[in-house]
Amino acid sequence: MARTALAPHATPPELIRNFCIIAHIDHGKSTLADRMLQLTGVVDSRAMRAQYLDRMDIERERGITIKSQAVRMPWEVDDTTYCLNMIDTPGHVDFTYEVSRSLAACEGAVLLVDAAQGIEAQTLANLYLAMENDLTIIPVLNKIDLPAAQPEKYAEELAKLIGGDPDDCLRVSGKTGEGVEPLLDTIVDKLPHPVGDADAPARAMIFDSVYDTYRGVVTYVRVVDGNLNPRERIVMMSTRATHELLEIGVISPEPVPSKGLGVGEVGYLITGVKDVRQSRVGDTVTNASKPATKDLGGYRDPKPMVFSGLYPIDGSDYPDLREALDKLKLNDAALVYEPETSAALGFGFRCGFLGLLHLEIVRERLEREFGLELISTQPNVVYDVTMDDGKQIHVTNPSEFPEGKIAEVSEPIVRATVLAPSEFVGAIMELCQTKRGTLRGMDYLSEDRVEMRYTLPLAEIVFDFFDQLKSRTRGYASLDYEPDGDQVADLVKVQILLQGESVDAFSAIVHKDKAYAYGVMMAGKLKDLIPRQQFEVPIQAAIGSRIIARENIRAIRKDVLAKCYGGDISRKRKLLEKQKEGKKRMKMVGRVEVPQEAFIAALSSDGEKAKK
Amino acid sequence: MPPSALPDGDPAPTSGQLPAAALADLASTDLGIYVHVPFCAVRCGYCDFNTYTLTELGGPGASIGIDTYADAAVRELDLAQRVLGDRSPSVSTVFVGGGTPTMLRSGDLVRVLDGIRRRFGLAAGAEVTTEANPDSVTAQSLRELADGGFTRVSLGMQSAVPHVLRTLERTHDPDNVARAVAATRDAGMQVSVDLIYGTPGETLDDWRRSLEAAVALEPDHVSAYALVVEEGTKLAAQVRRGVVAAPEDDDEADKYELADQLLSAAGFGWYEVSNWARSEGARCRHNVAYWSGTNWWGIGPGAHSHVGGVRWWNVKHPSAYAARLAAGESPAHARETLSDEQRYDERVLLGTRLVDGLPVSDLRGSGRTAVAGLIADGLLDGPSALRDARLVLTRRGRLLADTVVHRLLAA
Repeated sequence: MARTALAPHATPPELIRNFCIIAHIDHGKSTLADRMLQLTGVVDSRAMRAQYLDRMDIERERGITIKSQAVRMPWEVDDTTYCLNMIDTPGHVDFTYEVSRSLAACEGAVLLVDAAQGIEAQTLANLYLAMENDLTIIPVLNKIDLPAAQPEKYAEELAKLIGGDPDDCLRVSGKTGEGVEPLLDTIVDKLPHPVGDADAPARAMIFDSVYDTYRGVVTYVRVVDGNLNPRERIVMMSTRATHELLEIGVISPEPVPSKGLGVGEVGYLITGVKDVRQSRVGDTVTNASKPATKDLGGYRDPKPMVFSGLYPIDGSDYPDLREALDKLKLNDAALVYEPETSAALGFGFRCGFLGLLHLEIVRERLEREFGLELISTQPNVVYDVTMDDGKQIHVTNPSEFPEGKIAEVSEPIVRATVLAPSEFVGAIMELCQTKRGTLRGMDYLSEDRVEMRYTLPLAEIVFDFFDQLKSRTRGYASLDYEPDGDQVADLVKVQILLQGESVDAFSAIVHKDKAYAYGVMMAGKLKDLIPRQQFEVPIQAAIGSRIIARENIRAIRKDVLAKCYGGDISRKRKLLEKQKEGKKRMKMVGRVEVPQEAFIAALSSDGEKAKK
Repeated sequence: MPPSALPDGDPAPTSGQLPAAALADLASTDLGIYVHVPFCAVRCGYCDFNTYTLTELGGPGASIGIDTYADAAVRELDLAQRVLGDRSPSVSTVFVGGGTPTMLRSGDLVRVLDGIRRRFGLAAGAEVTTEANPDSVTAQSLRELADGGFTRVSLGMQSAVPHVLRTLERTHDPDNVARAVAATRDAGMQVSVDLIYGTPGETLDDWRRSLEAAVALEPDHVSAYALVVEEGTKLAAQVRRGVVAAPEDDDEADKYELADQLLSAAGFGWYEVSNWARSEGARCRHNVAYWSGTNWWGIGPGAHSHVGGVRWWNVKHPSAYAARLAAGESPAHARETLSDEQRYDERVLLGTRLVDGLPVSDLRGSGRTAVAGLIADGLLDGPSALRDARLVLTRRGRLLADTVVHRLLAA
């Protein structure tokens, strides 16, 4: 612990160390961070809320960190007090860009790996990202108190990955606190201090932006050059928007206003804006009075990769859903949505997400925080269709897939990394092959662990890749992926027809080789889900006018209650009343009554899982 | 034949009093009395009726049994007389069901009938039916019933095929059915036989044999019911365990069509979805009353009643039933007062089951617009609707009566 902390705004860059922790979901990052907060005296043990940094309930329950934050901690080495800024990074594949911005705000990274499990794919991906950013890496094995820990084995693995000696790998236990002080000393010792021009116009990079109900948007920045001061006007360089700095300060671990932020410092800004879109991650902040001419680079608009329709189960909740999305959007720059109408599901929104986890988080927040009951349709990716006449169509919903002469269709692809015990190499290769993957490379991390690199269509990952990977490797494999552009592929739209009428909600865009399997699967599923009607209902799967699969729901012939005497009447009438309610939840597709439950089961990814 | 599970309802007053509105049309409405006898020698595997074997009730010395049942029933008749008052009409129909009413001595059944006659009077030409197990009647006992005023016996035949009867756990000897029919007729009473179709393992030919056997008996009336696997029965457990196959709707539809075909050819006309009679005079008037919304009082444990838009049902267990009456209280467990909407739903639900049909004028506007579609779909008989302005189900429509009712009631 340090006797006195350094005052913000006047901290010499030589005394600053900016770092982040790269770790897999349950490898103990939050526990280690908690221990650091305690040891540096920023939080006393009594006030310690377990896993202090993970603010939102969902994050705490899932043991993951969605939103990063930055905490300023004092630490003394050889009678000199240093200022450590710990920048927390989101730990999931969907937030690669946010991770890259957090990394760009640091000079070094603590690579934290569970000593009982070894490195996982996401960690590896983020490690590569850190190395590309020239960060100094401090390898650390956590959970050395576990009986199953194999620190020697995994130290070698890490040494092989980042170069250096296995003995350089620190060993800590976030749980007991063992080894955490030496780690803090190492951070001071090993990491380079920030370098910047104090006299230049300010340039600060936004690495996070959070909406707070009471304060509006809180923007987290790392100052590279110059300084930012209270009450001055600032400019967001990507949009040229100017704002007044109502408050500026550091987090330690609660927000503390300061006289400003100087070179190398990390802190927060409040300008009174109400939407995180006005303060975007990756953007450069400069002074309005003396603006910088060149931004820090690296800014990117968030790009939704996965789309899904969100519909309220009760149609009258539609206005509430709109309001809830409007609120969530304030805190989620990547969330996009627009109203959509489905013949089957009524009014809802087509929403774009960074990935599947992002989708799940948004859906869960809508249900939990806003009390909505939702159907989410099978997620799909974005396709670019070029017609024979050169016309381009951007398809975010299978219903927009054009009829007529199509020249080519391109789909997004990803670079995927799979880490697994080597015994599963065959199973993984087989899976990736059926998912149209191309092997790019393979390396042994150690004798029995292998890293496989694939190019895969994102659509395949979105469908059920991860579930399949987990089941084929008994849960041992881990996966990471990042967007890698587009490829032209032989894709078709499989339409599902009920009594000859196409039902977009059940249609899908799939590879030609998989069209038949999809058609058979969906037709079979619907046959089980749609109750028999008075007339026969053919279910067909078709590509254009060609029928590829067919099922029949036979006409119902009997529904009468044979006995309806004195004592049966009340019971029968009550049943009738219940069924009348049930009818309201039926959707008419042509003349066919389809229960809402059938849509949910056929379309939702949950239904897909339940099938297995 | 009340089902075993009672519906939810409002509390019923211990006095059994009815709201004045329910009694307003009492004098001008037919009154029937149903008597539920909750005893059986053995419980059949498919049956979920409110019935008990004597051992289940605790044997001799139990608070209620075959010796004391008639006393309790007569006590409830006293209550009915108090509640309905002197504006009550005489009784048009009596139906004794169960259980197995013929577990009681004929004398006890007659004593209950006498109790009805003394308190309310029987209308001229009143119909008085009892259900009977072919094994528990004799020429002697049937004569005693006829002498006591019974006019009709409904025999539980179920099937003529031994393996089907075994699956149903019916213990009666098929030959006894013919003897019971003959003895009933000799005693001067009308005869009805009950059949069940769709029993697991029953083929279409088995069913044809049962129908032909029933026709050969030359009864006045035939009821044929699809087997329903009711929750909580032994049969339901067997189906769940996969020991026997669940009845299949399509199979039951085939069997219904066969029944309607064979019975029609033999001179029986359908007058309700599951009931056929040799002539209009052979219809069961008591049951027709259920479907026409007139008044009836149900005597006995678990029995249901309906008077002027109020439905109530008695406590199920015979001991609880007897105890309530002994304490001078109504045995009603709960009741419901039907709203206009509910009465309308019931009228459509029940009226469409009858060959006499539902008058088109009874339908509200939204229901009338559904009629043309139902005729087009072959579910309603076109000529009856156009010529007589009545909705009568076609054979296909009878099987899909639920669909028809939903479409007529869809707002």
